[in-house]
Amino acid sequence: MTASHLVAVVASLTLGAGVTACSRATRVTPPAPAPQTSRVVHGDPGGIAKAKADSARLPYTAADVHFMSGMIGHHAQAIVMARWAPTHGASASVQRLAERIINAQEDEIVIMQQWLADRLQPVPEANPAGMKMNVGGVEHVHLMPGMLTEAQMKQLDQARGEEFDRLFLTFMIQHHRGAVEMVNDLFGSYGAGQDETVFKFASDVNVDQSTEIARMEIMVQALKP
Amino acid sequence: MRALKLSLALGLLTMAACARQATTTPDPRVGLKAGLMDAGEAVSNLKILANVPPPERFVGSTNSDLAFTGNYAIQGNYNGFQVWDITNPGRPVLKTSYFCPASQSDVSVYKNLLFVSGEGTSGRLDCGAQGVRDTVSAERLRGLRIFDISDIANPKYIANVQTCRGSHTHTVVEDPKDRENIYVYISGSAGVRSPRELPGCSALTPDQDPNSSLFRIEVIRVPLATPTNAAIASSPRFFNNLVAPPRHGDAPEDIAARKKAVADAKASGGFVVIVDGTEQIARQQTTRQLLDSIVVARGGTGAATATDSAALRASIQSIMDARAAAQPRRTGPRPGPTQCHDITVYPAIGLAGGACAGYGFLLDISDVTNPRRIAEVADSNFAFWHSATFNNDGTKILFSDEWGGGGSPKCRVTDKKEWGADAIFTIEGRKMNFQSYYKLPAPQTSLENCVAHNGSLIPIPGRDVMAQAWYQGGISVFDWTDPKHPQEIAFFDRGPVDSTRQGSGGTWSAYWYNGAVFSSEIARGLDVVELTPSEFVTQNEIDAAKTVHQDYFNAQGQPKFVWPPSFSLARAYADQLERSKCLGKDRLASVRQGLASAETSSGAQRREGLLRLAADLQNDARGSCDAPKIGKLATTARELAGIQP
Repeated sequence: MTASHLVAVVASLTLGAGVTACSRATRVTPPAPAPQTSRVVHGDPGGIAKAKADSARLPYTAADVHFMSGMIGHHAQAIVMARWAPTHGASASVQRLAERIINAQEDEIVIMQQWLADRLQPVPEANPAGMKMNVGGVEHVHLMPGMLTEAQMKQLDQARGEEFDRLFLTFMIQHHRGAVEMVNDLFGSYGAGQDETVFKFASDVNVDQSTEIARMEIMVQALKP
Repeated sequence: MRALKLSLALGLLTMAACARQATTTPDPRVGLKAGLMDAGEAVSNLKILANVPPPERFVGSTNSDLAFTGNYAIQGNYNGFQVWDITNPGRPVLKTSYFCPASQSDVSVYKNLLFVSGEGTSGRLDCGAQGVRDTVSAERLRGLRIFDISDIANPKYIANVQTCRGSHTHTVVEDPKDRENIYVYISGSAGVRSPRELPGCSALTPDQDPNSSLFRIEVIRVPLATPTNAAIASSPRFFNNLVAPPRHGDAPEDIAARKKAVADAKASGGFVVIVDGTEQIARQQTTRQLLDSIVVARGGTGAATATDSAALRASIQSIMDARAAAQPRRTGPRPGPTQCHDITVYPAIGLAGGACAGYGFLLDISDVTNPRRIAEVADSNFAFWHSATFNNDGTKILFSDEWGGGGSPKCRVTDKKEWGADAIFTIEGRKMNFQSYYKLPAPQTSLENCVAHNGSLIPIPGRDVMAQAWYQGGISVFDWTDPKHPQEIAFFDRGPVDSTRQGSGGTWSAYWYNGAVFSSEIARGLDVVELTPSEFVTQNEIDAAKTVHQDYFNAQGQPKFVWPPSFSLARAYADQLERSKCLGKDRLASVRQGLASAETSSGAQRREGLLRLAADLQNDARGSCDAPKIGKLATTARELAGIQP
């Protein structure tokens, strides 16, 4: 992908309770170029597939966009936390878990960014401080459910060894529970989760993070008193 | 855009790494040209028989699982299902297609019935494509659709069974004691519906609500005479009291490393305690505190003496046990999976393999409506236990880990070999013992979603061989007869569906059915391949595999393969004895000669020849390194002797 493929799109989007997010210009990637008409002929499954995939999409809602945008920052914070494991004296099992979280959530950020870009929506940076929102003309950073406060992040960053393990697991459980809450909020919204990618992605986040919560709860219990 | 640029940069790095890999370990799957219908292909020890694109209404929509009945392959699709006539596997012909959107439209057959899973919130009772926007709606279908396929060219949609979490996958289970009904296990972990949409559904935990829809599966009973009366028969809970530690199954090198660390600690005077049945080194901080309190208890001051250390050594285990017992009870939702992703039943041995989120289960299904958990395994290298496959003898079980849910590229050169892979266990005394991991051995690009997915056994006699789908990693055929050293023996892979971005594609399922491997390609239709002879498998073994005939096949309901006596079967065993060098060269030549002359003779001459061969083999078995296989060959010769040509 080259710079010429990046276009600036000014988009404003109403999110939930009258909150307008990201009203500043944001660079997004356009969807894959539409196939040229001449290619969409009978017997050209490739061209038909692309055209059909676009037209057959069920409509997405502001709640879908809010979820896919908000989860980017949510994931970004988990990645920052996980990257501390090797330098903060985490145990081998916490380091392994952290490594998995980094790998999984980096890949998922790509999925979310691609989904937003395909729909010409603003693509948020992976900002570990939360989601940038513009409320009444003032930009502020909104923490998605479960995200650590600045004070909690500082506390974790200062911990070492066993204390880091305990805090990391405790905070990551809180963080993951927030992600599950975001999924529940999404499916509780009118018209949301109809899009195939959103349904699959949100369901995967729900099940993967619930599974990891269960695993982390056992790990916390196993920490020696 | 920082993050996106970063991820793109990472992607390029990955591809560069793949290119390096290619020069050191040339694998034709590396560097394949991208393209939806014109991608580069790499194939080894397989012959591509056919690729047929989906019918127009299904183009651009995800193809999912496969089921087989008679000469037909039924292919699920997020828009419904397609019926292919595979009388000639080299030329599948579309018999019909049925438009009825639902994710993920996993399909199974039983006699005249076809079952289709619906999980997503957009599924509709009326098969409409417009979705369901209301959060509570009488129009929504989440559960099991039932079709009558008595006339396969005209499937009739006859019934639904709605469930609280929908049906991600399902498993058809025959009850040998009940010939009037067929049963279906419903698996899936999507959100719980509102009780206003489906009465009785509850998203509360079982502590809060004993009727919770979590921590259970649904068993549907379908009366064969009146399938429209299908209904939920039971909702068994087998997730209770899961305590398996979240560490990875013990690979030999892990056990060795742990033992060495413990031995070193013991040698240098460290304190070792047993936690969860495993020896661990006590933390220094803990032992220091305990020694201090011993010093204080005897009224002393200063550093602990050798006597203090000895006192601690004698009592540390009971101290640690007491501490563990005194730990506060955990609060909040209890850990453990709330559902299974997939259950594979093996009725011939009365067992099922449950792939259930963070755990792999062995289930006793002798009481079909009340499956009981008899063993469980957890593994910190496994993200999500996805599906299970038994070997034909029922002595091993393979679980796959669909790390990342199938949408992420988990086969890059940077992804660990034990992540997003298969884990192989032996079943011994109703316990599962970890043996090894198997992962697609060729690295894929960051544009290709790739992780372990659906597969099935190939009936090569005397060996455990299976074909498996790895999404855009393609089809991998591998041998896991030696559970510690699984080995790939054939593959088929294409380049990414898109050269500019991560597109959705690749093989969802790769299943053997009556002689060929059928692969459901998410974006590219139906592929059919067949094994070709190679250093890993002989023509006789392939011919013997082709003698196994199935009237129908659902991968989640594993049949027990039985090989009818044939000369191919006898020769396959002879080839295996040559490979293992467990029968001498001269004897092999003589056995092959004996089989050849018996095949071309008839009557008493043939019968006597075969019986003589069997008797000679009985002698060979003594002192051979593979007496059981020689025994199988002798039995086959004897059975052939009893068959009139």
